[in-house]
Amino acid sequence: MIKFFLMVNKQGQTRLSKYYEHVDINKRTLLETEVIKSCLSRSNEQCSFIEYKDFKLIYRQYAALFIVVGVNDTENEMAIYEFIHNFVEVLDEYFSRVSELDIMFNLDKVHIILDEMVLNGCIVETNRARILA
Amino acid sequence: MVVPSLKLQDLIEEIRGAKTQAQEREVIQKECAHIRASFRDGDPVHRHRQLAKLLYVHMLGYPAHFGQMECLKLIASSRFTDKRVGYLGAMLLLDERHDAHLLITNSIKNDLSQGIQPVQGLALCTLSTMGSAEMCRDLAPEVEKLLLQPSPYVRKKAILTAVHMIRKVPELSSVFLPPCAQLLHERHHGILLGTITLITELCERSPAALRHFRKVVPQLVHILRTLVTMGYSTEHSISGVSDPFLQVQILRLLRILGRNHEESSETMNDLLAQVATNTDTSRNAGNAVLFETVLTIMDIRSAAGLRVLAVNILGRFLLNSDRNIRYVALTSLLRLVQSDHSAVQRHRPTVVECLRETDASLSRRALELSLALVNSSNVRAMMQELQAFLESCPPDLRADCASGILLAAERFAPTKRWHIDTILHVLTTAGTHVRDDAVANLTQLIGGAQELHAYSVRRLYNALAEDISQQPLVQVAAWCIGEYGDLLLAGNCEEIEPLQVDEEEVLALLEKVLQSHMSLPATRGYALTALMKLSTRLCGDNNRIRQVVSIYGSCLDVELQQRAVEYDTLFRKYDHMRAAILEKMPLVERDGPQADEEAKESKEAAQLSEAAPVPTEPQASQLLDLLDLLDGASGDVQHPPHLDPSPGGALVHLLDLPCVPPPPAPIPDLKVFEREGVQLNLSFIRPPENPALLLITITATNFSEGDVTHFICQAAVPKLFRILNPNKAPLRLKLRLTYDHFHQSVQEIFEVNNLPVESWQ
Repeated sequence: MIKFFLMVNKQGQTRLSKYYEHVDINKRTLLETEVIKSCLSRSNEQCSFIEYKDFKLIYRQYAALFIVVGVNDTENEMAIYEFIHNFVEVLDEYFSRVSELDIMFNLDKVHIILDEMVLNGCIVETNRARILA
Repeated sequence: MVVPSLKLQDLIEEIRGAKTQAQEREVIQKECAHIRASFRDGDPVHRHRQLAKLLYVHMLGYPAHFGQMECLKLIASSRFTDKRVGYLGAMLLLDERHDAHLLITNSIKNDLSQGIQPVQGLALCTLSTMGSAEMCRDLAPEVEKLLLQPSPYVRKKAILTAVHMIRKVPELSSVFLPPCAQLLHERHHGILLGTITLITELCERSPAALRHFRKVVPQLVHILRTLVTMGYSTEHSISGVSDPFLQVQILRLLRILGRNHEESSETMNDLLAQVATNTDTSRNAGNAVLFETVLTIMDIRSAAGLRVLAVNILGRFLLNSDRNIRYVALTSLLRLVQSDHSAVQRHRPTVVECLRETDASLSRRALELSLALVNSSNVRAMMQELQAFLESCPPDLRADCASGILLAAERFAPTKRWHIDTILHVLTTAGTHVRDDAVANLTQLIGGAQELHAYSVRRLYNALAEDISQQPLVQVAAWCIGEYGDLLLAGNCEEIEPLQVDEEEVLALLEKVLQSHMSLPATRGYALTALMKLSTRLCGDNNRIRQVVSIYGSCLDVELQQRAVEYDTLFRKYDHMRAAILEKMPLVERDGPQADEEAKESKEAAQLSEAAPVPTEPQASQLLDLLDLLDGASGDVQHPPHLDPSPGGALVHLLDLPCVPPPPAPIPDLKVFEREGVQLNLSFIRPPENPALLLITITATNFSEGDVTHFICQAAVPKLFRILNPNKAPLRLKLRLTYDHFHQSVQEIFEVNNLPVESWQ
């Protein structure tokens, strides 16, 4: 199951964070900084899957924004990789060419879209039309 | 004066405008003060806006707990916008540990039965994210009703909420089991996806559910087949593959159902082959499905041809240029290597190639896989590759690589010389990262290889002369030079070019080691002892050695000082004994690699506290109770056997003067106690000078993850056996353990009756 879903920009500012398993608030910032540090230190040709403590991190970079998903061992990494892209496409359609500012200013809407797609760590809907209906 | 409250956008603008961290904090604190004031005033109109701002601030990491009650009020209101923000806030701010969450239960119940879909959706979402056990129990009937509603929007959410409930309250699985079969007939993908997840969860939790769901395997096969053969369907396809997410989930469920079950596996065989061959692999989505297929094939009882197909697919993945795919392939090959060793061997060259990758995840996986692939036929080639890798790998992988190489060398070394060479190489390149017992292993090995003494001491001397910073290397080298110094000085050895080494050089080198600030105290100990041994091996004058030894007689380190003083005394008063004491050491017995594995695994080898030392006085009442339980002895003195504290694994301290006891007639070890990973073993030794005496060593090991604290072990034997066992009666022992484990105190009392026969004969 998905443990957390983060969108962080290159300067390390969190744009969206959703945790599907309880993490203390002070540990969250620590987790986010560490995660973004390990993602930033990787170059383009490197693998998108990192092992971090007891999760696996799957990340994708879109311009200046990193989308990082933390999963536990049972998930198929490549499927999650596709899912990240699916999510971005949905946002693209909703905001017509989404940018980081769109996400920042419409955080609640992005949360709701994410909630349509992932419920408590499990993917529920991936059809763009249905999500945005 | 009422300050008009900012909209969320404006707040974000302001925060972005802040140039420094301090400024940002100021802005946020000001705003939080406004928000708090507004909450206090109870302004209903702008409440949702305030909460939205609060949530944003919370995401940035600032405390926002004062918004919790507001969430409740917002949820209870009837406007949709309020509810939306309220539920979002509940998801983010509340969780099980605060008591406030129970207050939402009622609101959720109302919302769920209301019948307005978006509202129901919201409520379900919140419930599934942060529902606690009590909430789940209360709201289970509502969710069940919603499972059967006609609208797919709500149903799919209800299903996943059910998943969450089952996770929290496993008893509810009986409630949610029956609807599953019916839900599988749906055509809506969202529902299918949810149902499959629910079934997966149920099966993982209870074997009864597993058997129940084996019946639906044909149906799942049918669904998957339609998905694969359906061709292009705009609805759910992602880059040409129709609904890969659903395919992956179904495959995963098939894997769980087919594990260890012949019948289901057979029904799946054709389908898996079909999926494997038909999926388009040019895009990532196709590869994801293929990967899941391979995992499934590996786990179920599939036909041999299918397994070969799986390995081939993985081989193809390995050659792919996309690193993600290669990573995934390496991971799965690692799993396969246990069962299909030969198939994976074919891909060995590619795996070795991956060792050279710059990517950290990839090289780690490649390292593990390469180590698993080493066998007796390819050991030389693989070792070369691995050693090359050791030299260039990142520091965090070094320790693993070094220990891996050493282990593999131990298991598959073709010749002793090669083995020594390999270990030497590892020590010189990565000496600081090797395990502690590598030194002991190497000395053991060298000691055993009679013919290679000259060779090894020569090589070690050279290595030491170059570099004295790697501690394990220095320790081994010092020991060797001490033992075989005469061979070093004799100067002739066929295997390397002759090297003329002067006595003075050797002594100077050892002194350098002693004085260097890089040497650990243990290393200094080795060097000092080596110097002493040389005093008998070298033919020259011993003045220099005596000098060094007497200098160290006043060293600050107590261990070193003690040794130096003892050696000094040896020179002065017991000179006639010196030669005998400092003879070459006999080969030390040690346990095989099994002991090392165990020592590696156990987190803690507890040192036992001595039982009450004085045997004559009546002991404390606890021990008396112990005795009362033994028939035949009551209230009297008991004789606690002598407990030697000893670390797990039986490595003999090599620096003992060579009065090592000859290997005792081995009495088998006895495992007397095991509970939740804490294990107690007894081992028996008869010291040679007094064969009538039996030393019993109790070793406690902790294999579990929790720490064991406050460990106390007390042992007692019946009075009959106090000092002698003249009747050769079977030995009995009573043990009492007290410790804290997983935060619970455990007390165990038990009797050991089945001590091996040799121990009391």
